[in-house]
Formats: sequence, C-alpha cells, structure tokens
Amino acid sequence: MSEDFNDNKTIQAQSSEAISGGGSGIATDADYVRPAEVADQDLYHGHSFITKWIFCQDAKVIGVQYFLLATFTGIIGLILSWLMRLQLGFPELVPFMTAEHYYQFVTMHGMIMVVYFLTALFLGGFGNYLIPLMVGARDMVFPYLNMVSFWSFFVAVGVLLASFFVPGGPTGSGWTLYPPQAILEGTPGSGWGIMLMCISLILFVAGFTMGGLNYLITVLQARTRGMTLMRMPLTVWGIFTATVLAMLAFPALLVGALMMSLDNVLGTSFFMPTILKAGEVLEYGGGSPILFQHLFWFFGHPEVYIVALPAFGIISDLISVHARKNIFGYRMMVWAIVGIGALSFFVWAHHMYVSGMNPWFGFFFATTTLIIAVPTAMKVYNWILTLWRGNIRLNTVMLWCLGFIVTFVNGGITGIFLGNVSVDVPLSDTYFVIAHFHMVMGIAPLMVIMGAVYHWFPLVAGRFLDEKLGKWHFWLTFLGAYSIYFPMHYLGFIGVPRRYFEMYDSPYVTSAVGMNEFISLAAFIVGAAQFILIYNIIKTLKTGKPAGHNPWQACSLEWLTPTVPPEHGNWGDRLPTVHRWAYDFSVPGAKEDFITQTTPPSEVAHTKVEKT
Amino acid sequence: MSDLKIEGYEFKPGFKGMAKDTGSDQTMFKGVHWGKAMMWIFLLSDTFIFSCFLISYMKGRGSTIIDWPNPSEVFGLHVFGVDVPLLLIAIMTFVLITSSGTMALAVKYGYEKNKKMCGWLILATAIGGLTFVGMQAFEWGKLIHEGVRPWENPFGAPQFGSFFFMITGFHGTHVSIGVIFLFIYAYKTFAGHYDEGKRGWFTTMKGDYVEIEILGLYWHFVDLVWVFIFAFFYLW
Repeated sequence: MSEDFNDNKTIQAQSSEAISGGGSGIATDADYVRPAEVADQDLYHGHSFITKWIFCQDAKVIGVQYFLLATFTGIIGLILSWLMRLQLGFPELVPFMTAEHYYQFVTMHGMIMVVYFLTALFLGGFGNYLIPLMVGARDMVFPYLNMVSFWSFFVAVGVLLASFFVPGGPTGSGWTLYPPQAILEGTPGSGWGIMLMCISLILFVAGFTMGGLNYLITVLQARTRGMTLMRMPLTVWGIFTATVLAMLAFPALLVGALMMSLDNVLGTSFFMPTILKAGEVLEYGGGSPILFQHLFWFFGHPEVYIVALPAFGIISDLISVHARKNIFGYRMMVWAIVGIGALSFFVWAHHMYVSGMNPWFGFFFATTTLIIAVPTAMKVYNWILTLWRGNIRLNTVMLWCLGFIVTFVNGGITGIFLGNVSVDVPLSDTYFVIAHFHMVMGIAPLMVIMGAVYHWFPLVAGRFLDEKLGKWHFWLTFLGAYSIYFPMHYLGFIGVPRRYFEMYDSPYVTSAVGMNEFISLAAFIVGAAQFILIYNIIKTLKTGKPAGHNPWQACSLEWLTPTVPPEHGNWGDRLPTVHRWAYDFSVPGAKEDFITQTTPPSEVAHTKVEKT
Repeated sequence: MSDLKIEGYEFKPGFKGMAKDTGSDQTMFKGVHWGKAMMWIFLLSDTFIFSCFLISYMKGRGSTIIDWPNPSEVFGLHVFGVDVPLLLIAIMTFVLITSSGTMALAVKYGYEKNKKMCGWLILATAIGGLTFVGMQAFEWGKLIHEGVRPWENPFGAPQFGSFFFMITGFHGTHVSIGVIFLFIYAYKTFAGHYDEGKRGWFTTMKGDYVEIEILGLYWHFVDLVWVFIFAFFYLW
C-alpha cells in the first residue's frame, strides 16, 4: 500500500525555503511568510477505476459526483413541477393526474429542490470542489469521511426515489410534512411514503454531517501559508457559514423526522393530539402538532440561508472577477454573511404566524425578521457598488450575476411584506408566498449556480462553455422565470390559495384561469431551456475552446494550480504561499489588471496595491 | 498549551491571543489536531440533537392531559424487602462517571507511550460502558415487564414511555458505539498500532495516540449528556 502515499520529502524542502521567502525573484522581508505549522497532508492516491472515480477520496471528484447526482435529482424535481403546472394550467389534461398525485408531486418537488438539489449542490458540489482549492489545501482534511458523505447522500436519494414505487406512493403532506395529517390515513403516502421520506432525511443529515465537518475543519485548520481568514474568497466564507448553520439546524430536522417515524411506525403520540375520525377516537392522544412545526422551522429557516449564503459568496466572487474590480466592502460582506447566519436562528416562527401562537411572539419574530433585511441590503448595495465604474465584461457569467441581483432584490422585497404579521396573515398560504420564496430561494440561487457553472467549467473541464448557447439559456430562463413568478404575486393578491389541486367554480376563476395557463406555458419553456445547459456541457466537453491557465484572469488560488484541471493533491510539489486577498483587480501601476494571491509584494512594490 | 512552540509565531495570552490566533494564517486553533477539532464540532452538533430531544420532552411533558408518573416510584427497586428509589440509576450513573475517569487516565498514559497501562484503562472504560448498557437493558426490561410501552403506560401519560425509550435509547446507542470503538482502540493500543503509526483499516490514515484523546472527548460527552438525561428524567 505504501506506494499509494506521498513521501514527505517535499515538506522539509518547503519549510527551509520559506525563511527566505521562497520562489523566484528578489526576496525581501516583505515577502516573508512564516513556515508551515503542520506537515504536508498524507493522501491516498487511487489507482484503479473504482478508487479513482467511484469510491474516490479526492474532494474534486466528490464535488463533481455531488453535482451530478444533485442535478439528476433536480431534473426529477423539474419534471414534477411540469406535471403540477400541467394540472394547474390545463386541468384534466393529464389522464393519470388525481388530487392524490398532485399532492405527492408538490411534496416531492419541494423537498427535492430545497434539500436534495440546492443544499447538496451548493455545499456538497461547490463546497467540495472549491474549498480545498481556494484555501490552498491539498484535499479535504478527512478524505475518507468525505467519500462516505457522498455515498450516504447517494443512498438518501435512492431511498427518496424508492418512495415512488412503494404501496401508496410518496408522501403527499407538503414539503413541510406537518403532522397529524402527514401520517394519517387519507393523506397520500401516509404509511410507506412518509416513512421513506423520514429515513431519507435522516440519511441525508448523517451524510451531510460528515461532509460538513470536513468543510469546517479544512477552512479552520488547513489553510495554506499566508491564507488568513480575512484573505479567503467570499465563496469560502459563504459556504463555511452555511455549513455552520447546517451543523446546528439539521439536528432539529433529524429529531423531528425520528419522532415522526416513531409516531408512524410504533404508534407513539409525540405530535399526535386526540383525533376523532369518522366518529371514532384514534389510538393517538396527548401530543403536540405545534412541536413539530417548531422543530421543522428551526431547521427550515436556517435552511433558507444554507442555500442563500453560498450563493451570496459565489456571486460576490463572480461579480468582482467579471467587473475587474475589487469587491466593495469585503469586511462588511464577511460580517454580513456571519450576521445573517447568526440572525437566521432567531426568525423561524415567522413561518408559523397562522399557527395560533401568542401575538407577542409574532411581534418578536417579525422584528428579528426585518432586522435580517439590514445585512442583506448591505450586500446588495455592495454588489452594485462593485459593478459601479467597473470594467464590466458582459459575458454569460455576468448576465447571470445581474439576473441574480435583480431577482434577489425582487424576492427580498416581497419578504418584507411577508415578515410583517398583519400583512402575512391575509397573504399566508396564497400564491404570493409561492412567488416570494421561488424568487428569493429558488430562482436567485439557481442563477448563481448557473453563473458559477459557466465560470468554473473551464477549471473543471479545461474548456469554455459555448457563449451563444449560454446567452440563449440565460435570456430564456430570466425572462421565463419572471413570466412565471410575477403573475403569481397577483394570483396571491386576489386570494388564490396554494396547494389546491383545482380552482373549481371559485369567484376569481375568470382572472386566474388565463393567468394560470400563461404561467404553465412559461414554466414549460423555462424548464426546457435548462436542457440547453446540458447540451452545452456535452457539446463543449469535447469541442469547446481550450481554456488554459487562469482564463478569466482571476486572483484566487483555484486558478493557480500547476495543471488545469487540477490533479489529485492540487498543487504538485509545493503548496502556494498567499500574500494578499483575492480581489486585487485593476491596481494602478500594475502590469496586468489583476495581481494573484500568490504574487509576492516585492514584485508589485511599484504599484498602488494596498496591504490586505 | 504553554509548552507549544511554533516557528515564527509568538503566542499572546488571553483575549488578545485568541484574536491573534483567529487572525493568523494556516490554523485557527494552534497545535490542535484536525481530528480533535472535528470531534469538538461534531459534539457541538450532537449537543443540538440532544437539546432538541430534551426540549421536545419538556414540551411533551408540559402539554399532556394525563398526569406524568412519579419517577421515584417508577424507577425504584425493591431490594431486601425495602423500596429504594433510583437505586439502579445511581449505580448506572456511578459506573458511567467512573468510566470517564479511567478514560482520562488512558489518555494520559497514551501520551506517555505507556502502551500497557493505556490499553488496560481503555479496556476498563469499555467494560464500564458495557456494564452501563447492560443495566440499561435491565431497566428497559423491567419497565416493559411492568407494561410500559412506547405507545402506552399504565402509570400515567403514554408520552412518558415514548420519550423515555426514545431518549435513553438514543443515548444508549451512543454508549454502545463508544464501547465498540473502545474495544477496537484497546486492541490497537495493545498491538502497538499507535506506536508504529500503522495505517487504519478503513481510513488509511496513520495511527497516533491523539486518536485516544479524540475518542475520550466523545466518551466524556456521552457521560455529560447522561447527567442531563438523569436530571431531566429521574429528578424532575
């Protein structure tokens, strides 16, 4: 087995070199970076196909695995949304669509998109690929655990999808899985469906915990020489903070899922009050359904930021690189991320304004909810100020960034509506809520993912994605998404309730019907437009323009590996040494419009670069 | 950590030192092994799990309509013709806390490379844990024999049985996992895997005595959680 490991000769060489500043050029005192504290990482190098590509311990491969599996699950979520829109826009067109199926599709669409698509993609996908590269580590600190993390996710997805094939089908209780209806007969999938959902969630949490420990310790304890926390790219800050949230919020989901499984399988009454069904008293009694809502939303609200914070981080980096300007207010951005993360644990009951809780609680949670708008708005201003007078490259990546800012502001503003109790109560459970959260945590993070794919694909595959197809993809998605969700705000105002299978002969049926048809048509187009990306990826994998080293002229470490795409171990013989932050763009006096993080100060002494 | 020395880095005491470490490059917790930092963060997450359990228990106990059974009676033992409340629990708690002591000593002897003492102390800890799980199984058996089930309870509120079996079961699972690892680590210690840095079966990482301290952290945590469960279930 010994040939599978690095020998540690390089480390000594490195630390003795470090005293003199290392590298080429004239070393000065300013270039000094203190030597490495810990020995170089001991890595297992796979040789067979199985250890290299399947049960692989390389964070980059694991990242791609997460990305592909999350995308696959996301496509299933997309198809479910099409089926829902078919029913809403053109009732009775699909022969097999019953009310039961509709609820099952709603539930699975919600759960898949939030947990198995967005969370897995941002943290598992981008987190695994980018964290070690951006902080200058050879790999995640626990590669084996990282591999187990992905395979737990794989099993979790398997169990989730298996629920389509069990008696009764998947659960149809809505993605919030509220008891008592989630496990009572009459709700679709009340036996097997909800059980598999709970098991799948528990597996997901277990798998995520293993991955999350990796992300946190890699950021805290395995940065390269010179990489301080305040020199990390905001992408890493976003993913790091989101992981902290996940580590503290997922326990509540785990406990809720476990207790509901026991209610379902063993007949305990944690969440089940005394229930009269068709004149008969059920075995259940004495439990509290509200307890589940608290557990669920103590997880559920931080979950929104688990998705949003990595998006905030990634978009900051994309905007900065493609506007050729340093990110405006880097420290403010970091503290805003941390502040939003902390506040997100004190707002959960704004999802429960109509649960009958004490009005004073509503007052408290409305206040904390509105306070979150402050750091969030700061971030939006900083993105705009980064763009202001920048040397903007209006490529596909930048289009997605601009699309994100607009969409996010849009969804954020409706969030301020819904954060207030008195406005929320009439709008609760209407399409206004659907429009709000799809804008703010559906479309907005999706735009970031798309931007990130166009940005980092040259790193992962060594080739550019096709710009023309990319622009088609963007405009169809952007305009299409607005065609879907803008009318939904109106539907909400006229009182169309969410989660209704059919409108029947409601008084607002005349204005709602045409709009629903329009929304459905837009949804089909937007969904189909996503396949442009898949086509683009398949096409450019072989024939795309080769990207070469650092194609976007970025400053951050992931573009500075000796080989593109980076190999296992990332950095060849020597780990990089960091001298500055990741945003030294367009520095007056510099030869080029960017100064990489590894450029020693003596090389740029004549420029107006600031110490970071 | 006063004896820790890092080339080119000067430690400062107190809050300033903490701020300096945080602002420095490479590591935030100087000289802390990756695995040890990981265990601390895992335990923080696990704390949230147990907190959710115990808060749910408080909420459940607070909102039942039927009276909660009296713990001194339910958990009492009838020995030599006398009813002794909480006897078994007192012994269980004593055994578990003692095993924390032997664990701490094992860590100390491990760092002194005293393979033999370290191995025996880990084994003693494992046996303490096993005794605890055994007594818990006895207690479960007694309650089940008396008719307490997760879904019903002859002494009062059915939620008593639900929460009791769920929370002690979850904690007992933690103890059992710990016991399994303690036996494995005892074997590895006796076999000298930590002395020679033998690579692990699964993780392929080199063995080191720090692993014993990491397992020790987990073991102390499991004990600490038991103290809370003890207070909330048996004394309330």
